[in-house]
Amino acid sequence: MIVERKKLNFWERLYLPAILGGIKVTARHFGRTLFKGKTAGKELSGGYYPEKKWTVAEGYRGAPYLVRDPEGNTKCVSCQLCEFVCPPKAIKITPPGPVMSNADRPNAEKMPKEFEINMLRCIFCGFCQEVCPEESIFLQKDYSLNGLSRSEMIYNKEKLLALGGVNNSPIFKWKQKAEEAKAQGIAP
Amino acid sequence: MISALTNLYDGLGPVGQFALWSFVKIAALFGAVMTFVAYSVLAERKISAFIQDRVGPNRVALPLIGSIPIIGPFLTNLGVWQPLADGVKSFLKEDFTPSYVRKAYFWIAPAITFIPAFLVLAVIPFGSFLGEQKMVIADLNVGILFTFGIISLGVYGIVLAGYASNSKYPFLGGIRSSAQMISYEISMGLAVIPVFLIVGKLNLGEIILHQAQHGWLIFYAPISFVIFIVSAFAETNRLPFDLPESETELVAGYNTEYSSMKFALFFMGEYTNMIAASAMMVVLFFGGWTLPFGGLDQPAQPAEWLRGLAHIGIFVAKMLVFMVIFIWIRWMLPRFRYDQLMDLGWRRFLPLALINILITAVVLWLRS
Repeated sequence: MIVERKKLNFWERLYLPAILGGIKVTARHFGRTLFKGKTAGKELSGGYYPEKKWTVAEGYRGAPYLVRDPEGNTKCVSCQLCEFVCPPKAIKITPPGPVMSNADRPNAEKMPKEFEINMLRCIFCGFCQEVCPEESIFLQKDYSLNGLSRSEMIYNKEKLLALGGVNNSPIFKWKQKAEEAKAQGIAP
Repeated sequence: MISALTNLYDGLGPVGQFALWSFVKIAALFGAVMTFVAYSVLAERKISAFIQDRVGPNRVALPLIGSIPIIGPFLTNLGVWQPLADGVKSFLKEDFTPSYVRKAYFWIAPAITFIPAFLVLAVIPFGSFLGEQKMVIADLNVGILFTFGIISLGVYGIVLAGYASNSKYPFLGGIRSSAQMISYEISMGLAVIPVFLIVGKLNLGEIILHQAQHGWLIFYAPISFVIFIVSAFAETNRLPFDLPESETELVAGYNTEYSSMKFALFFMGEYTNMIAASAMMVVLFFGGWTLPFGGLDQPAQPAEWLRGLAHIGIFVAKMLVFMVIFIWIRWMLPRFRYDQLMDLGWRRFLPLALINILITAVVLWLRS
């Protein structure tokens, strides 16, 4: 597309109209801010950050946390797909191993021994949530993660579960299996 | 105790006393200008914020003063303590020297930018008399030549910074700045010639006294003033002529590789240049420390301390008006394209300044 260039007349070529227009616009904004206290922040969201926290939209990709199911069970089964898919290698899972002694309930022998996310490495891409077959990790709405040291920014399983809360999905993938096993008398 | 001090003062002799007072004036001026620099940065941030519908710096609070009921929060909101935080920050930041720079030039460039900016202030009469002391550090009879000589040194700092950084963006910034500053130096120098044709003297103090008698020179040489103020914008690398820095094209231009106090020196140099340019405009076109009413147009007598202080106050007030104009323009006009800049300098202002000289000369010749 060719933009038609308007031929400037002498008055416009003097550059003065541009300056006058500039003074008009800037003075208007200056006066409005100084005397009426109208700023973009106050107009649009009613305040500024530390006092007025930003409310994120649905679907926002914040910090990834582990979730529990409505019965309070850890959903993660240490499949390590998220660890594998994680582009910046922020996730580190320690699987239960052959002993499987850390289960806190029946039929949960695959529960991870330790699950760490380094929030300094995480790029909030959401691949872990996408890849998780158990729907046990979700990118939630936290966007302001702070700490005083690097080690403080590595969140462990306990912290991730506490922050993640409960996921109210109606699907209980392993509940039926557990009941079947119980009925057959082979449940651990 | 006091008599001992007076004896010591008398014992210094005229030369010693002159040296002592010069030292006092230099220290006072340096302190005052550094404060102005710090607070012009704050003014710049606040004004830009207001123009852009933001609030600007309003968080830095001092422990005790911040908790005084109404005044404390008001000052905090105004950002009065921000310059303190900025200063401390630039001292505490890591002074990083990249491995690929040319070290000697890299170190000396900020100083070469900063020092000329301050040297210009030496000849500027910022008041009439305070007691028996003339309120100018160096009362040179060639004040304006000194000013132009020193101002043109400022470009070396920027060019050296661009060369010493040994990377492409600072290099481009340095090249641009040398071309720009040399171009506008010429129009600026030619623009003030009518002023000296009218006054007939090069001493800045004499120019002020002439204006006190005959009226401000802005009314005699308005075209000179327009060329001078636009060239001053170009000389101080301020928008709309900030091509050496131009953040959107050259990262940060000549100071891309600089950090910490070295960067701060460039920064302070820029603002000191603005102060010097404002002071020059006040002296040359707006009557310096005089006001045409209330008997404020005559130099203060030794006993008239109040009038002496009033003169300094008038000068500072006039200068601050120009500082605000400098700052305001930055947030109002977009940057010129490089060819537009050169076009304006060489093909508009240079002929205009020459014609201006000619007209002034002819008018003066006809009137004499």
